[in-house]
This record gives sequence, structure tokens and C-alpha cells, in this order.
Amino acid sequence: MDTYINIYIERERDRGFGFFLTELSDYNRSGSNLKVEDNPELYFGPKIFRSSLHLIGSARVKKDQMRSFQSMLNYFPEEVLEHVFDFLTSHRDRNAVSLVCKSWYAVERFSREKVFIGNCYAISPDRLIARFPRVRSLTLKGKPHFADFNLVPHDWGGYVQPWIESMVKGGVNLEELRLKRMLVSDESLELLANSFPNFKSLVLVSCEGFTTDGLAAIASNCRFLRELDLQENEVEDRRGQWLSRFPDSCTSLVSLNFACLKGEVNLASLERLVARCCNLRSLRVNHAVPLDALQRILAQAPQLVDLGTGSFVHDPDSESYNKLETSMQKCTSITSLSGFLDVTARCLPAIYSICRHLTTLNLSYAPGIYSDELVKLICHCNKLERLLVLDTIGDKGLGVVASTCKELQELRVFPSDIYVVGNASVTEEGLVAISAGCPKLNSILYFCQQMTNAALITVAKNCPNFIRFRLCTLNPTVPDAVTMQPLDEGFGAIVKSCKGLKRLSVSGLLTDQVFLYFGRYAKQLEMLSIAFAGDSDKGMLYVLNGCKKLKKLEIRDSPFGNVALLADMGKYETMRSLWMSSCEVTLGACKTLAQKMPKLNVEIINESDQMEDSVDDKQKVEKMYLYRTLVGPRKDAPDFVWTL
Amino acid sequence: MEGIMSHENDLNLKATELRLGLPGTDEPTSKNNKRAANELVEDSELLKGKSDAKAGDIETAPASKSQIVGWPPVRSYRKNVVQPKKTEAETGNYVKVSMDGAPYLRKIDLKIYKGYQELLKALENMFKLTIGEYSEREGYKGSEYAPAYEDKDGDLMLVGDVPWDMFISTCKRLRIMRGSEATA
Repeated sequence: MDTYINIYIERERDRGFGFFLTELSDYNRSGSNLKVEDNPELYFGPKIFRSSLHLIGSARVKKDQMRSFQSMLNYFPEEVLEHVFDFLTSHRDRNAVSLVCKSWYAVERFSREKVFIGNCYAISPDRLIARFPRVRSLTLKGKPHFADFNLVPHDWGGYVQPWIESMVKGGVNLEELRLKRMLVSDESLELLANSFPNFKSLVLVSCEGFTTDGLAAIASNCRFLRELDLQENEVEDRRGQWLSRFPDSCTSLVSLNFACLKGEVNLASLERLVARCCNLRSLRVNHAVPLDALQRILAQAPQLVDLGTGSFVHDPDSESYNKLETSMQKCTSITSLSGFLDVTARCLPAIYSICRHLTTLNLSYAPGIYSDELVKLICHCNKLERLLVLDTIGDKGLGVVASTCKELQELRVFPSDIYVVGNASVTEEGLVAISAGCPKLNSILYFCQQMTNAALITVAKNCPNFIRFRLCTLNPTVPDAVTMQPLDEGFGAIVKSCKGLKRLSVSGLLTDQVFLYFGRYAKQLEMLSIAFAGDSDKGMLYVLNGCKKLKKLEIRDSPFGNVALLADMGKYETMRSLWMSSCEVTLGACKTLAQKMPKLNVEIINESDQMEDSVDDKQKVEKMYLYRTLVGPRKDAPDFVWTL
Repeated sequence: MEGIMSHENDLNLKATELRLGLPGTDEPTSKNNKRAANELVEDSELLKGKSDAKAGDIETAPASKSQIVGWPPVRSYRKNVVQPKKTEAETGNYVKVSMDGAPYLRKIDLKIYKGYQELLKALENMFKLTIGEYSEREGYKGSEYAPAYEDKDGDLMLVGDVPWDMFISTCKRLRIMRGSEATA
């Protein structure tokens, strides 16, 4: 007699995903066990008791044919598989699925709509489109992370133009483009705006090379634009009133963020735009939008969920200010707040009414809000999950955060005065207070004047759930402030306690010992940033050998050399990239590596004005960036980049 | 001042600058990124050997630490936004000081003082008077003078109420008040 099979899908944390099939027949409602030996990604068995199962389909099969895995596949029509794959949103899951067998690879590649490329030089646009012809959303990352800190020249690379050109040629129906650390030109933006009629979402983070003219092209030509999100980009202002170029017919905006723009926008156009986009949920304006304009905007958009203010300067005794308070009170949906680039502290009480609902608060660009005002504000924010502030908050202010924000998951404390070491006002005390008061803390970025092992050990004990832990002492080699010892034990405690740690940045006086701890305990670590640390090659070797899941390693000014670099060359094919600058690696070693590993691009960045006639292999390399790639050396490398 | 490297952005105010700081505390500007990084690798190697070097004990070269390329690791976007006027940091924060009854005003650079004590001492020296001790309750009791300042909002405030850092960034000019006006 016939049997019905129910197909369930569940995601198991460590083993990827699994399909659970239960055999149901008219007479036998209990499941039976079927084992599939070679494929750990698939299991069959009676697992109905798991809570996170989703029923995705039923198929009728002949009972004796269930034995064979291959025939199982024959009974899964492609539509069922596609439907199954719809549940897999993470690109890692989808990548795993493609490896199961050829037919799954085929079904997956035609059904993938969102593609994530962590290094734009790891693959070429043409090959990408060939594999995923139905791609609708593309995320690309360009320059290495240390480019953020002026260690990579501006024209190193990461151009988006070839990607857009290929997608135009390939007839891709692009709807979303998300770029980080890429070079974007006005030409690229114009091509983008004119080529994809369904384009909906543009997110640019830390990009450069474009002007407000490019934005004007996007505004005027993308008829269904939902999202324009510009985060921390360097944009040249061309005074062309780009915002006024949104046509009157544009009512689809859901998210508009132009906080990073330096120039003026037409306030009347902005107000009209906000008024006609009733689905607008997120609005972040720049400093050129004054407080009274903000009030008029809020009056039109009480449904906002995320608000970034412009200039928050006004006379608190004025009529406008009272109106602002009233408008703010009507914005009961705002859960995320940022901005305050210019601020009159006495105007801050206007936002107290929304503080109660805030889950995200970013005051890291508000140097005008001093510690006392900051603390008064935070006292109202007891639902906060994400807080970004300047170190003017002080240890005392962090103490207030610790006692008020019990839901806090992520904290970032940035330095307020970068040029003068010695005036910073947070220390290890603030960090310890936060760790003690906020049990849900899992992500931290902390710039501080000093640190101690004892504090780090306490933090490790209080917060074993860190996923991201980034500590930056303003003096990069400062020892434990009390014992004068290296900070090895402190960071060692962190990796030992936080078993799920994925990202780590360290600083302070550190020896090879701390890397021994990383290699031994940081088993889930994916990204590690090292500066001015370690004593010898052993340090780097501990990390390369022990951190099995390492994807990105970036090292500067540390005494790691050829022995460490060449010990396990195959390791680099399991990683996205390795950056080493001002270390002990020589040109000869880099050449050896490049020669032995054709699937890696080994780039040497040499900025010195004098080009040496005889390039000596024994010479130390200033900056080396290597990454795995399927397409060999890139053709757009500038003069100062030498791919070996 | 021939020995100082001239930087493209440097207004050469150094040559005419009136400073009250200690001699030899000029900040070295380095044009070549590579050199700066090498210099500081040496520095840090020296530091590693010095286990008794205290973190705060960097009086001799505070500026060099802040000149390491890319340290602290803060995005340039953020650096430019939070500290937009680097040139101001180099040229000083001069404010006018008026004293009731004096024929002309003076100017002082607030940046060179570490706190209220130093500032008040300097004012006492400059105007040959005594200002006395600050107390929250009674202001500057025991003297016929009271130091006041005009803040960003244009209000006249008593010197000493707010933290020093807040004071130097909000103080627009100083006024030494005298006599019956001075005592609240």
C-alpha cells in the first residue's frame, strides 16, 4: 500500500540544516528510521518532537522505494525543493545545500535571489551572473577593513562599475544593491538608475567617489525606490538640489538616510517628500536640517520607527520648540534615535518622551552632549538594546547605563578626543560596571584609556555570551594599569569564557601567550584584529593552527614573519583574507606563497615614492593583502599594487 | 623656527605664536606615513621592555602617540565629524579677558591650562590681583574680584561651576568683575 511522507525542515546549529521525513501510512502512524550514511546534511527519522519543524510538503511514494536515498530525490519535484530552499535565507545554508548533489546545486542556483560577496575580487561579475541568473539582491564588499584607518590608499580598488555593467549586459532584474568600502562613481549610479526598472534599495556604507549628482540620478529615475541608505560615505556636494529630484509621483520611500551629506538640501522638498511617502519608517537627516524643519517633518510622519536628527539647536523657550515637543510625543513608534551633531543641551528634554521606547540610541556623533545631560537622557531609556556613545559619558555614566539598561545587548564607546591622549574619560571600571549590570550584553566596542587583567577576567565571568569583543586602548601597547603586566591573562579569560566569540580585536601590551590562548579556546572565532602585539612567529602560528573557523585575520606592526606566514599555506584558502602591515614578512616569502598557491592573490602595496631598481627578496614588505579568489590576479590594480 | 618641517596645511602660525608652554614641546608633524609607523614600532618596542612605564607617564612625547597612522582605529569619517577642526587644536583657543576698570583687554589661550587653578593663577598674575578660592556655595569669597565668562548662549556665568572640559569648549570670553557687582 502507498505511504505518505511528510517533509520537514529544521535548522540545527552546528550541523547545518536537516530534513526530517516521517513515514505515515494509513495504518502506521509512527515513524521509522532510515539512515543515510554519506551525507551528514540530511537525516531521516522520527523527529516530530523537535519544536522548530516546518512542514513543507507531502509526497506519495511506494513503500519499498523509500529505502534508497536517490529515489527519495526523484520524488521531490523541483518545486518542492525550491519551496524547501525558500526557508534557507542565510547564504551559508544555501552554499551548503548546493554542495549536496548536482540536482540540488541546479535547483538552488536558479532559485537564489540574494547573493553575498564578501570580497569583490574573489569572483568576477560574469561568473556570478552565470551561476545565479535570477539574482535580485547583491551585497559586495571591497577594500580590506584596515582601509577604514588610512592604511590603504584611496584608489586601491573595489570599483562597482564592472558589476553594474555585467548585470546590465546579463539582463539581471536588480532590485537591491548593498556596498561596503567600494568606489562608486556618478557614472555607476547613473547606469544603475537607468538600467533596472524595478530597483528598490541602495545601501552604501563607507563608500566614496560619488557626488550628489549621482544621488540626483537615483532620485529622479528609480521609480519604485524604497530605500536610500547612505552610511558614513565621503560624498562631494555639488549643490544640485538632489533631493528635489524625487518626482511628485514618488511615494514608495520606506527608508531615507542622508546624515553623512555635508551640503544643504531643499527643506520644502524634503517636507513634501515626507508628506507623500506614508510608508516612511526610517528617516535620518543631515546637519543642514534645522530643528524647526524637523518639527514640521515629524508632524507629517508620526509613524516613523527610526529617526536621525539634524541640527538640534534652538531656543528652548520658543514656540517652535514647544511644537517640537508636541510632535515628538505623537511619534510613539520611534525605537531608534541618532544624530544630534549640533545640539543645545537644553533642547534635549523634548526627546524624553520617546526615550522609554528606544531600543537603539546612537549619540556617538554628538560631542555637544556632555556627561550630565547624557546621563539624564539615558535614565529614561530602560528598554535600550543598542547604545553608541562617546567616552565623555565617563565611568560614572556607564554606571548609570548599567543600572538602567537591563536589556542592553550591544555597547560602543568611541573616543571623543583623538589627538590628545590623556584626556579620555573611560577606564576598566566602566566596562566592569556594564558587564555586571547588563546580563544580555553580547557585543562591545570599547575605546579606553587603560585596562587591567582583573577587569577583563571579571567581565569574562559576568558576560560569557560575547559574540563580538573589541577593545582599543588609546595607547596601543599599554600594560595592565595596576600590575604593569601584559594583558594576556585578561584576553585569555575572555576567549576561554565566551565560547561563541566570533569577532575579536585586541590591544595593549600583549605577548605570544595571549595567542596561545586564542588558538586553544577561540574555536568559533571568525575575525581577529591584532596591532602592536606578540613577540615572535609563534604567536601567529598559535592562531593559524588553533582557530579553525578563522575567516579574516588582520595584523599590523607585530613581529610575525616568514616562518608563520608559510607554515600552513593551505589555511589561507579556507579564509577570506589576510592583511599584514609593518610586520617581518619579506618579499621573498610572499613570492613563495604566491607561487605555491595559485588560488590566492598576494598583493603588495608599496607607496614609497622611490621605486627601487633592484628589488631585494630579503626586503621587508610594508603592506601585504592576500585573499582567495577564483579568478586570478585582478586587472584593475593601480601602480602601487603589485600582485605576485 | 627654521628646523620645523612645513606642512602644506600649516598656517605657519608657529613662527609668530605666543606660547606659555615649556620649551621643546612642539608637536612633530610627520609627512611620510611610513616613517611615522617605523618610528613608533621602535617606540613600542622600547615600551615593551619598560615594565615600569606608567600609562600616564608620557609627558615627554604625548603628541607622538597620537601621530601613529591609523591609531586609535577610528574611521576618518568619524574623526572629521567629531573633531572637525584640527587646525584649531594646533593654534590654540584664545579668548578675550576684560577687567572692570582696565583700559584695555588681554587675550589668553585656554588650551595651555590644565584646570581652573592654573587659569586663575595666570589671571592673578596678568592683572596683579587676588581672586581667592572657589566654593560652590559662596563663589569667590574674600576677594573683591570674581572671574566670570560669557558662554555659547551669551549668558554671563561664574567661572568654576562646570567641569573644566565643558568650560573651555563653551567659554567665549572672560570678564573679571569687581566690587559690588562681583558679590552675589
